[in-house]
Amino acid sequence: MTRALAAALFALLVVAPLAAQAAGNTWLLSLATSAAITAIAAVSLQLVVGTAGLVSLGHAAFLGIGSYAVLILAGWGLDEAALSLPVAMLAAALFAWPTSWLALRARGVGFIMVTLAFGQMAYFAAGALAAYGGDDGMPLDRTPTLFGSALLARPLALHALALVLLAAGVLAASALGASRFGRVLRAARADPARLAALGFDVARTRLIACVMAGAAGGAAGWLMAVQSGFVSPATLDWRVAGRLLVMVILGGAATPAGAMAGAIGLTLIEEALSAVTEHGRIGVGALLLLVALGRLRRTA
Amino acid sequence: MSVLAARGLHKAFGALAVTQNVSLEVAAGEVHALIGPNGAGKSSLIAQLAGALRPDAGRVLLDGADVTALPAHRRARLGLARTFQVSALVADLSALENVALAVQARARRPLAPFRRAAGDAALEGPAREMLAAVGLEARAAVAAGALAHGERRALEIASALALAPRCVLLDEPLAGMGHDEAARMIALLGRLRGRFAMLLVEHDMAAVFALADRVSVLVQGRIIACGPPGAVRADPAVRAAYLGDAAAC
Repeated sequence: MTRALAAALFALLVVAPLAAQAAGNTWLLSLATSAAITAIAAVSLQLVVGTAGLVSLGHAAFLGIGSYAVLILAGWGLDEAALSLPVAMLAAALFAWPTSWLALRARGVGFIMVTLAFGQMAYFAAGALAAYGGDDGMPLDRTPTLFGSALLARPLALHALALVLLAAGVLAASALGASRFGRVLRAARADPARLAALGFDVARTRLIACVMAGAAGGAAGWLMAVQSGFVSPATLDWRVAGRLLVMVILGGAATPAGAMAGAIGLTLIEEALSAVTEHGRIGVGALLLLVALGRLRRTA
Repeated sequence: MSVLAARGLHKAFGALAVTQNVSLEVAAGEVHALIGPNGAGKSSLIAQLAGALRPDAGRVLLDGADVTALPAHRRARLGLARTFQVSALVADLSALENVALAVQARARRPLAPFRRAAGDAALEGPAREMLAAVGLEARAAVAAGALAHGERRALEIASALALAPRCVLLDEPLAGMGHDEAARMIALLGRLRGRFAMLLVEHDMAAVFALADRVSVLVQGRIIACGPPGAVRADPAVRAAYLGDAAAC
């Protein structure tokens, strides 16, 4: 069910450019690209929240670090995607490492609070970057080049790149979830002490997952900056992390495909509702309530 | 030389000293029972031996090497397995997959990120052997959460076996069992005797006297007696402190 829905929603993003062209509406393509990028972020968060069972409210920091990597490198005259994308991922991973290590010392609600705290620290740090627009953020002078070409400035090419990265991300995350590594993460959700008694270093395994998720979140942030041509602390707002969490949960939390479906679905539903009424968010709230209640009924 | 040894272990939670100067030896292949009334500090002692709880003082030796500073997962890799008082299996994995998880812990690449775990013959082959050793081969595909209580305890033993341990800490393996289940578990532990040393924490005196080579008695955090079952049973201090009228068994 989730897989079929995920496949259908992905197919929708694949055909979106045709629909946009037919309707003569570039906004439609931009929406589809944005949905794909958000889905990458949600899939990366699913590894931590769903597979490892660690609820994080700090994922927006990785998106922000990926975005700021584009802006800062561009300021140094380095606007080659082949350089800035790996740097964005590496920077996010380097932030994820010590912060997750500390967050993993805490349990349950403690993990949520520590990730939230680090997310907020990153948010305020970004707002304090006066050279990069402070709280207002800053536009990119130009779109990064891809191997010297101006390809990424074309919305269709960027859309294709986002879809390729999304597909690769979902496939890699699914393989990871089904692997030995994934089995240990999932088994440790209920009782880490038991996994330790078998000889598994649970904290280290979880740390690796958090760092991988951080790196993938950095890639999503990189794409956000390239698509919008603008970087600001708003990307690091904890509400961005909360929205990603809602998407993961909406998708059932158990699989990367579900997280992708949740992200694309919520993005499209929000847009559709806001097109009908300016009070669209009330409708989103009602939808979340229905999904949550439906799940309660199934588990009852 | 003993496989597992505690030397002068001490642990207190505030004013409550749960472990007081406890020294204990488990010889290779020996079944060493640890008995004591409720609240004597048996579980705290097991936790300190396994590495889940850090003692305030004293040392834990595994094959003569000081492992006091090592976390639980490092001790497990050195050959110290344990079963839990409350079955701590992964409920939504099958019996076979639970044991496969233990086999994986000993595999060459225990955390291979892209090697599919389900259906991996390198894990499930040995896991099937362990299931057979505890008599659960017919229940391999059943989710651990759906197994009967006695089967879950046997499954825990199978997981411990998969670690090829030097010593297994058995925390009340007969707890909550009916008479028949208990008899089967005693027979199973009897069959496994000699494959590894066991430190058996148990309330069931029939099991203790059937299996144990030596018995240590823990009362209020102290070992008050240690010796062969017959001698311990006859010890007046033990009779007074613990066995009481139940010594008739």
